[in-house]
Amino acid sequence: MSTNNLKLIENPKGKFNTYLGLGIAAVGIIVLLLAPGFLTQYYVYLLATVFTTALLATSLNLVLGYGGLLHLHHGVFFGVGAYTVAIVTTKTSWPFAVAVLLAPLVAALIALVIGWFCVRLRGLYFGMLTLALGQLVWAIVYRWNALTNGDNGIHAIPVPEFLTSINSVYYATLLILVISLIILYIITESPFGLMLLATRDNPVRSESVGVNVKRHRLTAFVIAGFFAGIAGVLFVLVERSVAPSLLFWSESAEVLIMCLMGGLTVFMGPMLGAGILVLLSMVVGLYTEYWLLVLGLLLLLLVLFLPQGILGYLMEIYNKSQDKRGGN
Amino acid sequence: MLQVEQLKKSFDGFQAISDANLLVPKGEVVAVIGPNGAGKSTLFNLITGHLQADSGHIRFQGKEITSMAPYKICHRGMARSFQLINIFSSLTVFENVQASVIAKHRLDQNFFRPAKKLFIEETLEILDSFELFDFKDRSCSALSYGDQKVLEIAIALGSKPELLLLDEPTAGMSSEETRRIVNLIKHLSREKGLTILLTEHDMELVFDVAQKIMVLHQGKTIAQGLPQDIRNDKSVQNAYLGETG
Repeated sequence: MSTNNLKLIENPKGKFNTYLGLGIAAVGIIVLLLAPGFLTQYYVYLLATVFTTALLATSLNLVLGYGGLLHLHHGVFFGVGAYTVAIVTTKTSWPFAVAVLLAPLVAALIALVIGWFCVRLRGLYFGMLTLALGQLVWAIVYRWNALTNGDNGIHAIPVPEFLTSINSVYYATLLILVISLIILYIITESPFGLMLLATRDNPVRSESVGVNVKRHRLTAFVIAGFFAGIAGVLFVLVERSVAPSLLFWSESAEVLIMCLMGGLTVFMGPMLGAGILVLLSMVVGLYTEYWLLVLGLLLLLLVLFLPQGILGYLMEIYNKSQDKRGGN
Repeated sequence: MLQVEQLKKSFDGFQAISDANLLVPKGEVVAVIGPNGAGKSTLFNLITGHLQADSGHIRFQGKEITSMAPYKICHRGMARSFQLINIFSSLTVFENVQASVIAKHRLDQNFFRPAKKLFIEETLEILDSFELFDFKDRSCSALSYGDQKVLEIAIALGSKPELLLLDEPTAGMSSEETRRIVNLIKHLSREKGLTILLTEHDMELVFDVAQKIMVLHQGKTIAQGLPQDIRNDKSVQNAYLGETG
């Protein structure tokens, strides 16, 4: 590969987008680093919750947006990650670090088992099976009193001394979120990521050019499960408690709507969706207990008027203006 | 290079392929012809593993590949284009071919290298020889129908095959676009030394490019041989050529 040829392929539009994206990310991170200085504890806690949810939504989008798979129950891996931390810290004498490292691995393992069955199916059937198997995991967590404490959940999960203040939790979740996002972004830009888009566009053709489509999808599913497990760890850091409702399907539906709201085709889309929905649910919660009704209406408006999501829509406008300027 | 023997395939009691036999020697252009519904596309799908045969054998480079998964067959050196446009609709023209090249090099499970910088030269070379270079950064769905059909073949070339299967490469094309495909087939055969197996309705094209012809009629191979022999074959004339005039 000569540098001469490298120049041929550089797409100025794409390049500018990358720099713009990096710029926005840098400004965002600086603002977030300073945020605890001028926000009340409640808002710091709220932002930490946004970080947790943002990671969960972005990990789902690897399968949903990039892989084009109707994954309806991603919350299971989130819950499994959180429960792993809760169970290891309360039922064993292993150090906290072990619990944290184990959580994404256990989540990925469950994703491997569930995914192994699901990638054999397509479209809606794939979705229904993720839902069915996910609910099975929920039922186990809900009923296995001896291990999970059943309906009551596990509370007052012990965390290390340095993670007891909300500000330190905030910085820890922010750090883990940023590292995870960087890794996820690298994956979406990798050959694996490109082929994942290819399998979404056209699985038959992908198979014809030599890609094992089932294995490719399963890999994406497991990676998504792994990062959902990390999000589960963040949840425990923020909340210090877990409950079976984490693994209930309605939780997953909310994450799915976050992805739809932000935009499935843009890497940052699900994060925006997560931010909007988490903050909105808090605000709405002040006035009414019918949050799900508001959520339903939002979904309706979204599907009818903004099917490409908020960020997807903005990107469309931006690209159009670039096309005009470039003259193609 | 490719051998098909007594291949059979039925769908819900309908015998789509009842006795297909085919020999594709290395370096030659072989055409499968037959009336609509003769089973040409089914035969292709069986060869490339998109369908599973009920019985019979398919051997590629001396090895049995019957009912093997398509991606495994591809890695053995067989690539195909499709009758209907079958491309990666949200990717650019460049990425369409690059994806195929990446899979060929078995880097599709690599997570940490930027895809943008991989196999640029190899991909551009293919695009150049297919006269798609100028469109490389366009979304492939913005291409004309004719260019999409050409891209169809370019994707197959990304797999660097030894045997290339073309399923009706000129279906729906104007005569000018058809000439472009004819020249492309000749170029791939003569300059690149590719073995090519194709199905086609355009008889002029078939007799122009094919060194051997196999005639499929109602799922059965009724003749196989040199073009002039096929032209003079009585059973072929009855079954196929006679019908059209």
